[in-house]
Amino acid sequence: MKQPNSVKDMGKNPGEPLAQINQFEQIPLPPPFDKIDEEPEFAQLSDAAREKYVVLDDTIAVNIEKPTTKEEEDKLVNGFLSGLEKLMSVDDNWTFLQPFEMSMEHCAKCHTCSDACPIYEESGENELYRPVYRSEILRRIYFKYIKKASPALHGDIDLNWETVARLIELSYRCNLCRRCAQTCPIGADNALLSREIRKIASMEMGIVPKELHDDGSVLQLQVGSSTGMTPMILKDNIEFIDEDTAERTGFPVETPFDKVGADILLIHNAGEIMAWPENPGAFATVFEAAGLSWTLSSDAIGYDGINYGVWYDDVQFARVAVRHAAIAKKLGVKKIVLGECGHAHKALTVIADKVLTGDLNIPRESSMVTLRDVIRSGVLKLDKSRNDFPVTLHDPCNLVRLMGIVAPQREIIDAVVPEGRFREMAPHGVENYCCGGGSGFAIMSGHNFQDWRHRMTGRRKFRQILDAFQDESMDPSHMKYLCAPCSNCKGQIRDIIAYYDAFEKAGIYYGGLVELIVNAMVDVQPGFIDWEWH
Amino acid sequence: MTTLAYVVAYLGLVFFLIACVARFMMWSRMPMHMRWELYPVAHEGGGKAAYGGSYLEDTEWWKKKREVSLIGELKVMVPEILFLVALREHNKKLWTRSFPFHFGLYLVGGVTALMLVGGLIVGYLPESIAGPVGKIISSVVPFLGGAGLVLGIIGAVGLFMRRRGRELRDYTAPADLFNLIFFIAAFGVALVTFVGFDRDFSMVETFIVNLVTFNLAPIGDGTAGILLILSVVLLALLVAYIPTTHMSHFIGKYFAYHSIRWSDEPNLAGGKQEAEIQELLSRPVTWSAPHINADGKKSWLDVTLEDQSK
Repeated sequence: MKQPNSVKDMGKNPGEPLAQINQFEQIPLPPPFDKIDEEPEFAQLSDAAREKYVVLDDTIAVNIEKPTTKEEEDKLVNGFLSGLEKLMSVDDNWTFLQPFEMSMEHCAKCHTCSDACPIYEESGENELYRPVYRSEILRRIYFKYIKKASPALHGDIDLNWETVARLIELSYRCNLCRRCAQTCPIGADNALLSREIRKIASMEMGIVPKELHDDGSVLQLQVGSSTGMTPMILKDNIEFIDEDTAERTGFPVETPFDKVGADILLIHNAGEIMAWPENPGAFATVFEAAGLSWTLSSDAIGYDGINYGVWYDDVQFARVAVRHAAIAKKLGVKKIVLGECGHAHKALTVIADKVLTGDLNIPRESSMVTLRDVIRSGVLKLDKSRNDFPVTLHDPCNLVRLMGIVAPQREIIDAVVPEGRFREMAPHGVENYCCGGGSGFAIMSGHNFQDWRHRMTGRRKFRQILDAFQDESMDPSHMKYLCAPCSNCKGQIRDIIAYYDAFEKAGIYYGGLVELIVNAMVDVQPGFIDWEWH
Repeated sequence: MTTLAYVVAYLGLVFFLIACVARFMMWSRMPMHMRWELYPVAHEGGGKAAYGGSYLEDTEWWKKKREVSLIGELKVMVPEILFLVALREHNKKLWTRSFPFHFGLYLVGGVTALMLVGGLIVGYLPESIAGPVGKIISSVVPFLGGAGLVLGIIGAVGLFMRRRGRELRDYTAPADLFNLIFFIAAFGVALVTFVGFDRDFSMVETFIVNLVTFNLAPIGDGTAGILLILSVVLLALLVAYIPTTHMSHFIGKYFAYHSIRWSDEPNLAGGKQEAEIQELLSRPVTWSAPHINADGKKSWLDVTLEDQSK
């Protein structure tokens, strides 16, 4: 395993990776995936990519082209310093000034947070992925070059374009899950600093992974959805989903669109509509069966709850959040309900809380709560025995650790899964591990990044999933359900199950929460969950 | 020479207070920020804090009065401050060094405060009250003070060794080592004074009574007097130095918890937060990336509401 010896290595040996993982030295997974030499081979970065882009480790997320002139080198360094200065400004960074300054000033560099980071742990404790490694570089730049403090006070670092470019790349080796912050005895938040580095890169230097910006928030603001789905395609898709769902359930549904004065504006992650149509179909079934007054919006952006700015850019974040609220206001709904998407929950409910004022300040509610209340009302007749298979629950970080929504999803599972069939992961709830797709990784797959996240960020979650089912037969004919009530988490979990072939080899299937409800509804045909790999 | 000790002690205490107030004001005057809470949030009521739940789990939470439990906060904060519970849970190895260090500081600080109060009582109240109270204070001060100095030195030496170890060496600035050496030196000299010349803390108690009654009389002579002066000067300088460094985290930590980790108060429609949010949204943006489209005059609201569909 190659790893840096010092934070000062960040600017040394241009073109050489600072860290490399030997997949055969990683901690083996639980059975039946415990033979490390039988795991898929880690795809290597191409020579062409190494030649063209800034190299940090085994992969590339951001695609920062190596500068070819002194002017380009200076532009990187000066742009970064200018952005760092703006992070200290009330005007430019009132959004996170206090949390930023707190984490810059008070980290004791005690390494308590390291053991909480699944990436650091699964890398075999590679120094590059230690949460404090990247923030220590930022801190040293901040104190030496912005605050002009003596290096004797806060440590020394040389600043060159390589340091800046690698630091930006390194900010995309963190899931922003904030497990590290949860363990900090002082209250410093090294995950926040990853996000602040991303902000400098995006908001000052215009450097962002394409999947998050051009193909993400920009596309969403331009055409209505990061999936590229326009309002017309949306309506076609939903019409198809309604028909398909009715065919499967025998329960007719017609999703209402743009119903002025409805109680609820339901906003899905549009990825659900494209990749997991059974999820919006199940929502429509439950909402119609429960007699809720609800609607989808066909206005651009109003049908896609994603908000990628939450991972890298405060302005892009605010633009999407305000648009969501404006559409709800136009429809005159009483509340917005967020579908099964963790970051959409946190973005619109918690973070946008300090953006939306006046008549844009429309109440937002988690679908976990809405669905829990439907179950509590007793309006649905449920037969738990239809879900008579092993079930475990993945807690999306955004719902639990970052919003405190922990109990409703468990209450629902308790109502629709037979006793003894549900088992928690260890740890779970607010101490959960990220799926590995957090902070945008689930949609990032350039070069060999997908392989990297399977081996590094998603490995801990896969380990947890296997551990949760260890008391069950791992025979593929014995199907096991991994409930993941979050679209991005589902994307990552789908990819990691496919990577290890865990559906074919161990019968591990995944899906959302609302599907479990519909699968238990007496008023629909049995077998909504079809156990077919999608 | 003793006069110098009195002057340095006054200056040290005054500087400490001013620096602490300045730090407190700096953190408290920072603008409202986006919500960035982290669960569990200790003040969540209704039993939610125990598993990390929040009011967002409630049906129509925006129509309900929030249950905020001060007791819940105290149940977390008091053990955290006294026993560094989070560190014990997540980093036992460091806790075995950090806990004695911090607890030693608390004892030394507590004993100093006790002696200050005792000094005021002895200096300004009649003998009938001052006598018995002074006796009680005098009886506990040597034990607690001695224990505090010993624990503080053990902890500081342990932390120093750890910072020099392989894992932390690269993350350690010269100032981090200096801070610990400063503690070891100041506490060490005080301990030598206590063990060698002032086992009942009478000299230091007299010094503090004189300090609060503005009686700058000389105390002790020979080596004892010199050591007392040296102890006072070093401790006063240390007290003045602490709030100027990252060791002021005892102030920052309050805001880290109350203004960030546990800051979950919602901005309700028509509520008290809206005016401040609107003021912040009217501030100019100077971020340079082309997609921001800022010119230094446009506000957050302007760049947010610009049509991005083209």
